Amino acid sequence: MSDPLLGDYRPGDTVLHRLPAGAKLLALAVGGTVVALRSPTIGLVALAVSLVLVAVSGMGLRRTLRALRRIAVVVVLLGAFAVWQHGWWRAVESVADLVALVLAATVLTATTSVDELLDTLTRLLRPLRRLGVDPETVALAFSLTLRAIPTTLEIARETRQAAIARGLQRDPRALLVPLVIRVVAEARSTGQALQARGIGED
Amino acid sequence: MSIGLDRVGVTVPGPDGPLTILEETTLDLTERRIALIGPNGSGKSTLARLVNGLVEASTGQVTVDGLDVATQGREVRRRVGFVFTDPAAQLVMPTAVEDVALSLRRAHRNRAERQRAALAVLEAHGLADLADRSVHALSGGQRQLLALAGVLATGPSVLVADEPTTLLDLRNSRRVADLLFGLEQQLVLVTHDLDLASRCERALVVDGGRVVHDGTGADAVAHYRATA
Repeated sequence: MSDPLLGDYRPGDTVLHRLPAGAKLLALAVGGTVVALRSPTIGLVALAVSLVLVAVSGMGLRRTLRALRRIAVVVVLLGAFAVWQHGWWRAVESVADLVALVLAATVLTATTSVDELLDTLTRLLRPLRRLGVDPETVALAFSLTLRAIPTTLEIARETRQAAIARGLQRDPRALLVPLVIRVVAEARSTGQALQARGIGED
Repeated sequence: MSIGLDRVGVTVPGPDGPLTILEETTLDLTERRIALIGPNGSGKSTLARLVNGLVEASTGQVTVDGLDVATQGREVRRRVGFVFTDPAAQLVMPTAVEDVALSLRRAHRNRAERQRAALAVLEAHGLADLADRSVHALSGGQRQLLALAGVLATGPSVLVADEPTTLLDLRNSRRVADLLFGLEQQLVLVTHDLDLASRCERALVVDGGRVVHDGTGADAVAHYRATA
Protein backbone atom coordinates (compact mmCIF):
# COMPACT_ATOMS: atom_id res chain seq x y z
CA MET A 1 0.00 0.00 0.00
CA SER A 2 2.50 2.56 -1.09
CA ASP A 3 0.09 5.09 -2.60
CA PRO A 4 -2.54 6.06 -0.07
CA LEU A 5 -5.22 8.43 -1.36
CA LEU A 6 -5.16 10.39 1.85
CA GLY A 7 -1.86 11.23 3.51
CA ASP A 8 -0.58 8.94 6.21
CA TYR A 9 0.18 11.01 9.28
CA ARG A 10 3.79 12.18 9.44
CA PRO A 11 4.85 13.81 12.67
CA GLY A 12 6.14 17.36 12.23
CA ASP A 13 6.31 20.78 13.77
CA THR A 14 4.59 22.96 11.17
CA VAL A 15 1.82 25.42 12.03
CA LEU A 16 -0.67 22.91 10.66
CA HIS A 17 0.71 20.12 12.87
CA ARG A 18 0.30 22.35 15.92
CA LEU A 19 -3.21 23.51 15.02
CA PRO A 20 -5.89 21.63 17.02
CA ALA A 21 -7.64 18.88 15.07
CA GLY A 22 -11.02 20.49 15.80
CA ALA A 23 -9.98 23.71 14.03
CA LYS A 24 -8.75 21.77 11.02
CA LEU A 25 -11.95 19.72 10.82
CA LEU A 26 -14.04 22.87 11.07
CA ALA A 27 -11.98 24.58 8.34
CA LEU A 28 -12.42 21.55 6.09
CA ALA A 29 -16.18 21.55 6.72
CA VAL A 30 -16.41 25.30 5.96
CA GLY A 31 -14.22 24.87 2.87
CA GLY A 32 -16.37 21.98 1.66
CA THR A 33 -19.48 24.16 2.02
CA VAL A 34 -17.94 27.21 0.33
CA VAL A 35 -16.77 25.32 -2.76
CA ALA A 36 -20.32 24.04 -3.19
CA LEU A 37 -21.22 27.60 -4.24
CA ARG A 38 -21.33 27.75 -8.02
CA SER A 39 -18.46 29.99 -9.05
CA PRO A 40 -15.27 29.14 -10.94
CA THR A 41 -13.51 31.98 -9.09
CA ILE A 42 -14.27 30.39 -5.70
CA GLY A 43 -13.05 27.04 -7.03
CA LEU A 44 -9.76 28.54 -8.18
CA VAL A 45 -9.31 30.46 -4.91
CA ALA A 46 -9.99 27.24 -2.95
CA LEU A 47 -7.41 25.43 -5.09
CA ALA A 48 -4.86 28.17 -4.44
CA VAL A 49 -5.54 28.04 -0.69
CA SER A 50 -5.18 24.24 -0.72
CA LEU A 51 -1.85 24.51 -2.54
CA VAL A 52 -0.64 26.99 0.09
CA LEU A 53 -1.73 24.55 2.83
CA VAL A 54 0.14 21.74 1.07
CA ALA A 55 3.28 23.91 0.99
CA VAL A 56 2.92 24.88 4.67
CA SER A 57 2.28 21.26 5.76
CA GLY A 58 5.66 20.17 4.40
CA MET A 59 4.05 17.28 2.53
CA GLY A 60 6.38 17.71 -0.42
CA LEU A 61 5.70 17.57 -4.13
CA ARG A 62 6.07 13.79 -4.41
CA ARG A 63 3.45 12.94 -1.81
CA THR A 64 1.10 15.58 -3.22
CA LEU A 65 1.38 14.16 -6.71
CA ARG A 66 0.87 10.64 -5.31
CA ALA A 67 -2.37 11.77 -3.65
CA LEU A 68 -3.56 13.38 -6.88
CA ARG A 69 -2.59 10.43 -9.05
CA ARG A 70 -5.30 8.38 -7.35
CA ILE A 71 -8.03 10.74 -8.50
CA ALA A 72 -6.60 11.45 -11.96
CA VAL A 73 -9.15 9.28 -13.79
CA VAL A 74 -12.07 10.83 -11.89
CA VAL A 75 -10.75 14.34 -12.60
CA VAL A 76 -10.44 13.64 -16.33
CA LEU A 77 -13.91 12.05 -16.55
CA LEU A 78 -15.52 14.80 -14.47
CA GLY A 79 -13.81 17.53 -16.48
CA ALA A 80 -14.77 15.97 -19.82
CA PHE A 81 -18.39 15.52 -18.72
CA ALA A 82 -18.61 19.10 -17.45
CA VAL A 83 -17.14 20.50 -20.71
CA TRP A 84 -19.60 18.42 -22.72
CA GLN A 85 -22.63 19.36 -20.63
CA HIS A 86 -21.91 22.91 -19.43
CA GLY A 87 -18.81 24.33 -21.09
CA TRP A 88 -15.24 25.14 -20.04
CA TRP A 89 -15.91 27.37 -17.04
CA ARG A 90 -18.04 24.75 -15.24
CA ALA A 91 -15.37 22.16 -15.99
CA VAL A 92 -12.71 24.38 -14.42
CA GLU A 93 -14.93 24.93 -11.40
CA SER A 94 -15.74 21.23 -10.88
CA VAL A 95 -12.14 20.08 -11.25
CA ALA A 96 -10.77 22.89 -9.06
CA ASP A 97 -13.35 22.11 -6.34
CA LEU A 98 -12.55 18.40 -6.34
CA VAL A 99 -8.75 18.81 -6.35
CA ALA A 100 -8.92 21.52 -3.66
CA LEU A 101 -10.99 19.31 -1.34
CA VAL A 102 -8.83 16.22 -1.87
CA LEU A 103 -5.70 18.26 -1.16
CA ALA A 104 -7.25 19.82 1.95
CA ALA A 105 -8.32 16.38 3.24
CA THR A 106 -4.84 15.02 2.51
CA VAL A 107 -3.28 17.90 4.47
CA LEU A 108 -5.65 17.17 7.38
CA THR A 109 -4.73 13.48 7.55
CA ALA A 110 -1.02 14.14 6.95
CA THR A 111 -0.77 16.64 9.81
CA THR A 112 -3.19 15.06 12.31
CA SER A 113 -2.71 11.70 13.99
CA VAL A 114 -5.72 9.40 13.94
CA ASP A 115 -5.48 9.24 17.72
CA GLU A 116 -5.95 13.03 17.89
CA LEU A 117 -8.83 12.86 15.39
CA LEU A 118 -10.47 10.15 17.51
CA ASP A 119 -10.17 12.30 20.62
CA THR A 120 -11.53 15.38 18.88
CA LEU A 121 -14.47 13.59 17.30
CA THR A 122 -15.28 11.87 20.59
CA ARG A 123 -15.33 15.29 22.29
CA LEU A 124 -17.44 16.90 19.54
CA LEU A 125 -19.95 14.06 19.57
CA ARG A 126 -20.27 13.94 23.37
CA PRO A 127 -23.49 16.06 23.46
CA LEU A 128 -25.15 13.43 21.27
CA ARG A 129 -24.73 10.85 24.03
CA ARG A 130 -28.10 11.99 25.38
CA LEU A 131 -29.65 10.83 22.10
CA GLY A 132 -28.14 7.36 22.49
CA VAL A 133 -25.09 8.00 20.27
CA ASP A 134 -21.84 6.44 21.51
CA PRO A 135 -19.15 9.03 20.64
CA GLU A 136 -16.25 6.52 20.88
CA THR A 137 -17.92 4.14 18.45
CA VAL A 138 -18.76 6.88 15.92
CA ALA A 139 -15.22 8.30 16.12
CA LEU A 140 -13.77 4.82 15.65
CA ALA A 141 -16.05 4.26 12.63
CA PHE A 142 -14.75 7.54 11.17
CA SER A 143 -11.11 6.52 11.54
CA LEU A 144 -11.83 3.04 10.16
CA THR A 145 -13.42 4.68 7.11
CA LEU A 146 -10.17 6.57 6.53
CA ARG A 147 -8.29 3.28 6.81
CA ALA A 148 -10.69 1.54 4.44
CA ILE A 149 -9.91 3.85 1.51
CA PRO A 150 -6.29 2.76 0.89
CA THR A 151 -7.14 -0.83 1.82
CA THR A 152 -9.93 -0.98 -0.76
CA LEU A 153 -7.69 0.58 -3.42
CA GLU A 154 -5.01 -2.03 -2.67
CA ILE A 155 -7.54 -4.86 -2.94
CA ALA A 156 -8.72 -3.42 -6.27
CA ARG A 157 -5.11 -3.35 -7.51
CA GLU A 158 -4.47 -6.96 -6.45
CA THR A 159 -7.78 -8.11 -7.97
CA ARG A 160 -6.88 -6.45 -11.27
CA GLN A 161 -3.43 -8.10 -11.26
CA ALA A 162 -5.03 -11.49 -10.56
CA ALA A 163 -7.46 -10.96 -13.48
CA ILE A 164 -4.58 -9.99 -15.79
CA ALA A 165 -2.59 -13.07 -14.68
CA ARG A 166 -5.53 -15.24 -15.78
CA GLY A 167 -6.06 -13.31 -19.03
CA LEU A 168 -9.41 -11.99 -17.82
CA GLN A 169 -8.63 -8.27 -17.68
CA ARG A 170 -11.58 -7.46 -19.99
CA ASP A 171 -14.10 -9.49 -17.97
CA PRO A 172 -15.90 -7.16 -15.53
CA ARG A 173 -17.03 -10.16 -13.43
CA ALA A 174 -13.41 -11.20 -12.86
CA LEU A 175 -12.75 -7.72 -11.50
CA LEU A 176 -15.94 -6.87 -9.61
CA VAL A 177 -16.98 -10.16 -7.97
CA PRO A 178 -13.63 -10.86 -6.22
CA LEU A 179 -13.33 -7.17 -5.31
CA VAL A 180 -16.71 -7.11 -3.56
CA ILE A 181 -16.09 -10.47 -1.84
CA ARG A 182 -12.64 -9.42 -0.62
CA VAL A 183 -13.83 -6.01 0.61
CA VAL A 184 -16.63 -7.68 2.59
CA ALA A 185 -14.14 -10.25 3.94
CA GLU A 186 -11.77 -7.43 4.92
CA ALA A 187 -14.60 -5.67 6.75
CA ARG A 188 -15.43 -8.91 8.57
CA SER A 189 -11.83 -9.52 9.59
CA THR A 190 -11.49 -5.90 10.78
CA GLY A 191 -14.63 -6.41 12.88
CA GLN A 192 -13.18 -9.61 14.31
CA ALA A 193 -9.87 -7.87 15.08
CA LEU A 194 -11.69 -5.09 16.93
CA GLN A 195 -13.81 -7.61 18.80
CA ALA A 196 -10.74 -9.68 19.68
CA ARG A 197 -9.02 -6.54 21.03
CA GLY A 198 -12.12 -5.56 22.97
CA ILE A 199 -12.26 -2.23 21.11
CA GLY A 200 -15.61 -0.49 20.80
CA GLU A 201 -17.12 -2.52 23.63
CA ASP A 202 -16.96 0.23 26.26
CA MET B 1 -6.02 -19.13 34.67
CA SER B 2 -8.46 -21.83 33.79
CA ILE B 3 -10.24 -22.25 30.49
CA GLY B 4 -13.18 -24.60 30.64
CA LEU B 5 -15.21 -26.18 27.86
CA ASP B 6 -18.24 -28.06 29.10
CA ARG B 7 -19.83 -30.19 26.37
CA VAL B 8 -19.14 -27.51 23.79
CA GLY B 9 -20.11 -28.11 20.18
CA VAL B 10 -20.12 -25.85 17.13
CA THR B 11 -22.37 -26.34 14.13
CA VAL B 12 -23.02 -24.03 11.20
CA PRO B 13 -25.77 -24.11 8.58
CA GLY B 14 -24.72 -26.12 5.52
CA PRO B 15 -26.34 -26.83 2.15
CA ASP B 16 -27.52 -30.25 3.37
CA GLY B 17 -28.38 -29.36 6.95
CA PRO B 18 -26.24 -28.40 9.95
CA LEU B 19 -22.51 -28.90 9.48
CA THR B 20 -20.51 -29.92 12.56
CA ILE B 21 -17.30 -27.93 12.95
CA LEU B 22 -16.54 -29.11 16.47
CA GLU B 23 -18.11 -32.16 18.08
CA GLU B 24 -19.14 -32.06 21.73
CA THR B 25 -15.95 -31.40 23.66
CA THR B 26 -15.21 -31.12 27.36
CA LEU B 27 -11.83 -29.75 28.45
CA ASP B 28 -10.20 -28.04 31.41
CA LEU B 29 -7.12 -26.11 30.29
CA THR B 30 -4.98 -24.95 33.19
CA GLU B 31 -1.42 -25.46 31.90
CA ARG B 32 0.67 -22.40 31.11
CA ARG B 33 1.37 -23.35 27.50
CA ILE B 34 -1.12 -25.34 25.48
CA ALA B 35 -0.78 -26.20 21.79
CA LEU B 36 -3.55 -27.12 19.37
CA ILE B 37 -2.26 -29.11 16.41
CA GLY B 38 -3.91 -30.96 13.55
CA PRO B 39 -4.60 -30.83 9.83
CA ASN B 40 -6.06 -27.81 8.03
CA GLY B 41 -9.81 -27.54 8.57
CA SER B 42 -9.72 -29.85 11.58
CA GLY B 43 -11.43 -27.38 13.93
CA LYS B 44 -8.44 -26.20 15.96
CA SER B 45 -8.91 -22.51 15.06
CA THR B 46 -12.61 -22.82 15.93
CA LEU B 47 -11.62 -24.30 19.28
CA ALA B 48 -9.21 -21.40 19.90
CA ARG B 49 -11.76 -18.75 18.86
CA LEU B 50 -14.30 -20.11 21.33
CA VAL B 51 -12.04 -18.90 24.15
CA ASN B 52 -12.74 -15.20 23.55
CA GLY B 53 -16.11 -15.47 21.85
CA LEU B 54 -14.99 -14.88 18.26
CA VAL B 55 -16.86 -18.12 17.61
CA GLU B 56 -19.99 -18.81 19.64
CA ALA B 57 -20.66 -22.30 20.96
CA SER B 58 -23.82 -23.87 19.51
CA THR B 59 -24.11 -26.09 22.58
CA GLY B 60 -22.45 -26.19 25.99
CA GLN B 61 -20.58 -23.53 27.91
CA VAL B 62 -17.12 -21.95 27.58
CA THR B 63 -15.66 -20.28 30.67
CA VAL B 64 -12.46 -18.36 31.38
CA ASP B 65 -11.64 -18.19 35.07
CA GLY B 66 -15.28 -18.90 35.81
CA LEU B 67 -16.58 -16.16 33.49
CA ASP B 68 -19.08 -17.33 30.90
CA VAL B 69 -17.88 -16.30 27.42
CA ALA B 70 -21.46 -16.15 26.10
CA THR B 71 -22.85 -13.82 28.75
CA GLN B 72 -19.72 -12.03 30.03
CA GLY B 73 -17.89 -11.65 26.71
CA ARG B 74 -16.64 -8.14 27.44
CA GLU B 75 -14.99 -9.15 30.72
CA VAL B 76 -13.55 -12.26 29.08
CA ARG B 77 -12.02 -10.29 26.21
CA ARG B 78 -10.34 -8.00 28.71
CA ARG B 79 -8.55 -11.07 30.03
CA VAL B 80 -7.97 -12.93 26.77
CA GLY B 81 -5.77 -11.44 24.06
CA PHE B 82 -5.96 -12.85 20.53
CA VAL B 83 -3.38 -12.82 17.76
CA PHE B 84 -4.37 -13.73 14.21
CA THR B 85 -2.31 -15.55 11.58
CA ASP B 86 -2.24 -12.48 9.34
CA PRO B 87 -1.27 -9.43 11.40
CA ALA B 88 -2.50 -7.13 8.59
CA ALA B 89 -6.03 -8.06 9.65
CA GLN B 90 -5.29 -7.06 13.22
CA LEU B 91 -3.57 -3.70 12.73
CA VAL B 92 -6.29 -1.11 12.26
CA MET B 93 -4.48 2.21 12.70
CA PRO B 94 -2.17 3.87 10.14
CA THR B 95 1.04 3.93 12.18
CA ALA B 96 2.63 1.56 14.69
CA VAL B 97 2.37 3.91 17.68
CA GLU B 98 -1.25 4.78 16.90
CA ASP B 99 -2.18 1.12 16.72
CA VAL B 100 -0.72 0.41 20.14
CA ALA B 101 -2.35 3.62 21.44
CA LEU B 102 -5.72 2.30 20.27
CA SER B 103 -5.29 -0.66 22.63
CA LEU B 104 -4.54 1.77 25.45
CA ARG B 105 -7.57 4.06 25.04
CA ARG B 106 -9.36 2.36 27.92
CA ALA B 107 -6.38 2.51 30.28
CA HIS B 108 -5.22 6.06 29.46
CA ARG B 109 -7.86 8.69 28.70
CA ASN B 110 -5.25 11.44 28.38
CA ARG B 111 -3.71 11.46 24.89
CA ALA B 112 -0.23 12.55 25.91
CA GLU B 113 -0.10 9.82 28.57
CA ARG B 114 -1.42 7.30 26.08
CA GLN B 115 1.22 8.29 23.56
CA ARG B 116 3.97 7.88 26.17
CA ALA B 117 2.59 4.50 27.23
CA ALA B 118 2.36 3.33 23.61
CA LEU B 119 5.96 4.35 22.95
CA ALA B 120 7.03 2.50 26.10
CA VAL B 121 5.26 -0.66 24.86
CA LEU B 122 7.03 -0.38 21.50
CA GLU B 123 10.34 0.18 23.27
CA ALA B 124 9.79 -2.90 25.44
CA HIS B 125 9.32 -5.03 22.32
CA GLY B 126 12.27 -3.56 20.44
CA LEU B 127 9.99 -1.71 18.02
CA ALA B 128 10.64 1.89 19.10
CA ASP B 129 12.28 2.84 15.79
CA LEU B 130 9.11 1.82 13.94
CA ALA B 131 6.79 4.05 16.00
CA ASP B 132 5.88 6.49 13.23
CA ARG B 133 6.14 4.05 10.36
CA SER B 134 3.00 3.16 8.40
CA VAL B 135 1.83 -0.34 9.39
CA HIS B 136 1.64 -1.08 5.66
CA ALA B 137 5.35 -0.36 5.27
CA LEU B 138 6.42 -2.94 7.88
CA SER B 139 7.71 -6.43 7.07
CA GLY B 140 5.60 -9.47 7.97
CA GLY B 141 7.71 -10.16 11.05
CA GLN B 142 7.53 -6.55 12.23
CA ARG B 143 3.76 -6.53 11.74
CA GLN B 144 3.32 -9.72 13.77
CA LEU B 145 5.50 -8.36 16.57
CA LEU B 146 3.51 -5.12 16.49
CA ALA B 147 0.21 -7.04 16.58
CA LEU B 148 1.52 -8.95 19.61
CA ALA B 149 2.68 -5.72 21.26
CA GLY B 150 -0.77 -4.17 20.71
CA VAL B 151 -2.50 -7.14 22.31
CA LEU B 152 -0.05 -7.47 25.22
CA ALA B 153 -0.35 -3.71 25.92
CA THR B 154 -3.77 -4.35 27.44
CA GLY B 155 -2.28 -6.80 29.97
CA PRO B 156 -4.30 -9.94 29.20
CA SER B 157 -3.95 -13.00 31.45
CA VAL B 158 -4.38 -15.40 28.52
CA LEU B 159 -3.00 -15.08 25.01
CA VAL B 160 -4.56 -17.10 22.20
CA ALA B 161 -2.38 -17.15 19.09
CA ASP B 162 -3.80 -18.62 15.89
CA GLU B 163 -0.84 -19.80 13.78
CA PRO B 164 1.19 -16.67 14.55
CA THR B 165 4.33 -17.90 12.78
CA THR B 166 2.79 -19.46 9.66
CA LEU B 167 3.43 -16.45 7.38
CA LEU B 168 6.89 -15.67 8.74
CA ASP B 169 10.40 -16.54 7.65
CA LEU B 170 12.65 -18.55 9.94
CA ARG B 171 14.27 -15.59 11.70
CA ASN B 172 11.01 -13.77 12.41
CA SER B 173 9.31 -17.03 13.31
CA ARG B 174 11.97 -17.62 15.99
CA ARG B 175 11.64 -14.04 17.24
CA VAL B 176 7.86 -14.36 17.63
CA ALA B 177 8.21 -17.82 19.22
CA ASP B 178 10.80 -16.52 21.71
CA LEU B 179 8.44 -13.70 22.65
CA LEU B 180 5.47 -16.07 23.08
CA PHE B 181 7.40 -18.60 25.16
CA GLY B 182 8.88 -15.87 27.33
CA LEU B 183 5.45 -14.58 28.39
CA GLU B 184 4.07 -14.86 31.89
CA GLN B 185 0.57 -15.24 30.48
CA GLN B 186 -1.16 -18.51 29.77
CA LEU B 187 -0.64 -19.29 26.09
CA VAL B 188 -3.01 -21.19 23.80
CA LEU B 189 -1.12 -21.72 20.57
CA VAL B 190 -2.65 -23.03 17.35
CA THR B 191 0.26 -24.10 15.20
CA HIS B 192 1.59 -26.28 12.41
CA ASP B 193 5.10 -25.86 13.82
CA LEU B 194 5.59 -29.13 15.64
CA ASP B 195 8.82 -27.93 17.29
CA LEU B 196 6.80 -25.19 19.00
CA ALA B 197 4.02 -27.62 19.93
CA SER B 198 6.49 -30.03 21.52
CA ARG B 199 7.74 -27.20 23.79
CA CYS B 200 4.25 -26.85 25.33
CA GLU B 201 3.27 -28.52 28.59
CA ARG B 202 0.11 -29.81 26.96
CA ALA B 203 -0.98 -30.33 23.37
CA LEU B 204 -4.27 -31.39 21.84
CA VAL B 205 -4.46 -33.07 18.45
CA VAL B 206 -7.65 -31.99 16.68
CA ASP B 207 -8.92 -33.89 13.64
CA GLY B 208 -12.32 -33.92 11.97
CA GLY B 209 -13.80 -31.61 14.60
CA ARG B 210 -12.72 -33.83 17.50
CA VAL B 211 -9.90 -33.81 20.02
CA VAL B 212 -8.33 -37.15 19.11
CA HIS B 213 -5.34 -36.97 21.45
CA ASP B 214 -4.53 -35.05 24.60
CA GLY B 215 -1.10 -35.25 26.19
CA THR B 216 2.19 -33.49 26.73
CA GLY B 217 3.61 -31.52 23.81
CA ALA B 218 6.14 -34.21 22.85
CA ASP B 219 3.61 -37.01 23.25
CA ALA B 220 0.93 -35.27 21.16
CA VAL B 221 3.42 -34.42 18.41
CA ALA B 222 4.55 -38.06 18.28
CA HIS B 223 0.91 -39.14 18.00
CA TYR B 224 0.22 -36.60 15.26
CA ARG B 225 3.31 -37.63 13.29
CA ALA B 226 2.30 -41.30 13.55
CA THR B 227 -1.28 -40.74 12.41
CA ALA B 228 -1.02 -37.86 9.91
